[in-house]
This record gives sequence, structure tokens and C-alpha cells, in this order.
Amino acid sequence: MMREFKPMASSEMTLDPSLKTRIETRHVTVIYGQKAGVKDVTMPIYANKVTALIGPSGCGKTTFLRSLNRMHDLTPSARVTGEVLLDGINVYAAGVDPVEVRRKIGMVFQKPNPFPTLSIYGNVVAGLRLVGIRKKSLLDEAAERALRQAALWDEVKDRLHAPSMSLSGGQQQRLCIARALAVEPEVLLMDEPTSALDPISTQSIEDLLTELKNHVTIVIVTHNMQQAGRVSDFTGYFLNGEMVEFGPTSLLFTTPKDKRTEAYITGRFG
Amino acid sequence: MQQAPVQSSLIKQTPSAIYRLWGDRIFLSVVLLLALSIVALTLGLGYYLYLGGSQAINKEGFWGFLTGTTWDPALKLEFGIWPYVLGTLITSFAALLVSFPIALAAAIFTAEYAPRWLAGFINYLVDLMAAVPSVVYGIWGIFVLAPFLREVIYMPTFLWAAEKAPGLVPFLGNPAGYGMFTGVVILSSMIIPFTAALSRDAIALVPAAQREGAYALGATRWEVMQTVILPYARGGIFAGAMLALGRALGETMAVAMVIGNSNVLPYTLFGPASTMPAVIALELKEAVEDLHYSAIIGVGFYLFLIAFIVNVAASYLLNKLKVGSQRA
Repeated sequence: MMREFKPMASSEMTLDPSLKTRIETRHVTVIYGQKAGVKDVTMPIYANKVTALIGPSGCGKTTFLRSLNRMHDLTPSARVTGEVLLDGINVYAAGVDPVEVRRKIGMVFQKPNPFPTLSIYGNVVAGLRLVGIRKKSLLDEAAERALRQAALWDEVKDRLHAPSMSLSGGQQQRLCIARALAVEPEVLLMDEPTSALDPISTQSIEDLLTELKNHVTIVIVTHNMQQAGRVSDFTGYFLNGEMVEFGPTSLLFTTPKDKRTEAYITGRFG
Repeated sequence: MQQAPVQSSLIKQTPSAIYRLWGDRIFLSVVLLLALSIVALTLGLGYYLYLGGSQAINKEGFWGFLTGTTWDPALKLEFGIWPYVLGTLITSFAALLVSFPIALAAAIFTAEYAPRWLAGFINYLVDLMAAVPSVVYGIWGIFVLAPFLREVIYMPTFLWAAEKAPGLVPFLGNPAGYGMFTGVVILSSMIIPFTAALSRDAIALVPAAQREGAYALGATRWEVMQTVILPYARGGIFAGAMLALGRALGETMAVAMVIGNSNVLPYTLFGPASTMPAVIALELKEAVEDLHYSAIIGVGFYLFLIAFIVNVAASYLLNKLKVGSQRA
């Protein structure tokens, strides 16, 4: 049923011993129904770095991203094999609660998705309220910290209780980032977070990433190579569900080892 | 200067030229006529109900007719509809209260938890419940539900109260089986499908991005339901409840068959009561006096008013609750 996969041994990976590995994936394969969306991906995600996943549409980068925090659990037809080690613990191991995993690995989506019935403040503290924090001083403090980290505080501090939908698209996306940060995750997954935004909002979010990686490890999916070049420290290039190449962004963009990577980054296709 | 008349004639012709086409004109007229007919129908209905009922309403006064508690078509020819109004309001709102949690639970279960085959089966049954004619519910009420409730609930409660808590007996009323409580039960089961179907659709329409946003924050399934899905779907759920309430207010046959049809206040929990649609259905064919006839039409007019007020209030609240309306 499954096709023969090209094996990619861990030794091929440029594991950098001077860096702390936050997540390590081992032979992660995601199967949707009969079709493998992601095939045998083994890669490190270094702590407090921005890792970009690039590749043409449908290459499996988003599917892979969603396997990191077990979002595929919500799709009955999806099946994930392999291991995703978060600080050495496989998040797919028996007995690991996906809810716990998602609290440690936050996510920001392609389109801003604030909860429309909640205020700006209500959105930011939604995750904290879920873990049972009720004390107002704690919530206020966390909300301000998260909004400051998301570079939204100055714009909304006077109207925290206004409806979240009164914000612009770029502000909504930063609100979603603040919402994800408020629960203090170790890793933040971002699925093309700027693809629905205008250039100015995009820039403000890109600026934000450089600041954020001091607090959190970031994995960002983008189909925009320039963006990957601007914001990321490491890049993985995906094609047809496989990770073709992984390495420091500066190297991968200047001296790609694989012909297919070269073809993509020089703009011959994609 | 010479060009001016040419231009103005062009400007004049262009917009109206579209309507020169006969097909468009005819289509527009037909659509307009049909749309206006709805307005005419509604206003006309209200107006003629008022006209028909005016003889009785004028005799008792607008408020007197509404708040009077004596309905005597035989001797004194005195008409007050308060017992019927009260019966309609109590049974309808109580039925809404009873049916709403059941309907919402069915909607949540079928939309989010049930395997597809089971959800399909339940949804099919829910839709079927809405399609069963009300007189069939009435027959079932008379022959099955009322005797069952009498044996299982009314009599034991009544006997217990008579012995242990005599103070309660006046509130319980006649445990014969045909009365307010039975009416509420049958009405509840009849309106479940409306709330259930609309809530189910509203829940299904909550965008996946909203659910995923909550899951990604580490919400459990129930927390996603509580913090995201139900708030997002609240407009549709409310619309379902209001549709159900509307059905309950106007439901005639099934209620008339089991409620006992007595307008003697005060109403009791188990004892007989009556509703506005029931009195219309039951007395219209027996009315001899013009005034009685007019009073029955007057009941219809007030029922129309209640439905109107409920609808206006509902659409006002719906606009406040709808998630879409909050977008700029």
C-alpha cells in the first residue's frame, strides 16, 4: 500500500552540536486516506531559532507542521507514524495527552482566526482561562505581556474590551500570536501567517519574529522564499512530501546541495 | 455648445434603455408584484382579523378583551381571553424550556460526537419528527402519552401529596391525564426538531479555523464546544429556539386534544387548561351568536399580535447575537 520511501538517515542531517534541539522528528510520515502527504521526514528544530519550511504548494510543509502538535488527531482519515520528540519525549507515545502537547506547542494559522464573540482581552486570555486561571491580576499581567510580545499592546491598550473583530487583519493576526504566546508555549508553529496580510502588516509580523525567538522556538511555513530568507535561521525545503534538504538558511539559499533545491530557489519552478 | 444636447440625450437614454427590454420589464413587474403580495397578505391578515373581531373587542375594550377572565358565549355573552392567552404563553414557553436542552444536546451530539452513520440516522429521525402531522401527535397523546403520564407521574405524585404534603394539592390539580403538563410534554416533543435542525446546521457552519484555533490553545473537545463553537453558533441556535417557540404558540390540534380545554383559572400543574388556537379550533364551528363569532376571530387577532411581537423581539435579539453582524 505504501510506496517505497527514499531513506534519509539521521547522519545526513547537519545536526549542529553547539545548538540545543527543541524538537526532533524521526521518520515522520503522514497519510491522508491512501495518500502519503508527508514521507519520512527526519529533522531537528533548534531551540530559540526560527526554522522555515519552504516548498511549492501541496509539498506537505503544512501537513508536516500540523503533525508537530498533533493537529492531525482531529482528522479521522489522517494517520501519523514516526516520532516527534519534544525535549526528548515522543508526543505520539501512548499516554501523552494531545491537549498537553498543544499547550506546549502553540499555533498561528494562515488566516487570522480570533474568536469573534470574545473581546481583544478575552481572546488573549482564552488559553489561560482554559487551564483554569481565574485571578484577574494574573490574567491582566499575562495579557499585557503577550500583547507587548506581539507588538500590539500600544495599539489596543485603551480598548482591550472592544470586540476582536474591530481590529484590522494585521492586528487580528498579531492578536492570534498574542493568544498563542499567552500560554507560554515552548514552540510556536506558524502556518503561512502573513499570506492573508498586506505588505505593511507582513513586515510588522516579520520584525516580530526576530524579537520573539528570544522567548520561544519558531517554526514557520511559508511559500515566500524571500520571507524565509529574511526571518529564518534554518530552512527545510519540501517537495512532494519529502524533505529534500535542510540546513542553515544562509547556506541553503547560497549553496544548495540538492539540484531540486537549487531549481526552486533560483526560481525555475514553484 | 453644439455637443451638449447630444450628450444629455445619451445620458438620459442609457439607464432607462435597460428597462426598454420587455423581458426585463415583465420580470421586474412579476417579482415586485409577488414580493408586494407578501406585504399585502400580512397586513391584510392582521387587518381583517381585527375587523372580524372588532365587535367583541369594542364591546370589552382592547385591554378588557385581553385581560378579562370570563369567557361565556352562552348566557352572559361576556368575552375575556386571558385564560387562553395565559395557557398559550405558559405551555409554549414551558415547552421551549423542556425541549431546548434536549434539542441542543441532539444537535451537539450529531454535529460533533456521533459517528457518521449514527448522526445520519438521528438527523433522519429528527427531520421525520417535524414531518409528522400534529393530529397524529394528538392521537398518540390521547391514547398513549396521557394514560402513561397519569399512571406513572400524576397519580403517584397526587397520592403522595394528598398524604404527605396536602398544601401542594391545589397546585397539582386534577390528575386525570388531560391537562397542562401533558400539553407541555407533547408540545415539547413536537418542537424539538426545529431547534435541533437549526442548531445542528449552525454548529456545522462554525469554521474549521475557529475549532483549530481553540484546539491549538490546548482546549479539550468540551472546552472547544463551550468556548468557541456554541458562542459562534449562538445566532443559529437562538433562531432555532425562536422558530420552535413560534410553532408552539400556534400549535393547535395536538394540544387541543390533550390539554383538557378548561378556561377556569387558576391553572394547575396537572389540571386542564386551554390555549388560544385550541379555543378557535373547537368553538368556531359551534358559534351561533355574532358576538361569539367575533370574539373567536378576536382571539385570532390577539394571537397574531403575540406572534408579531415575539418575531420582532426575536429578530432584534438575533441581530445582536449573530456573529456575522459584529464584523465591521
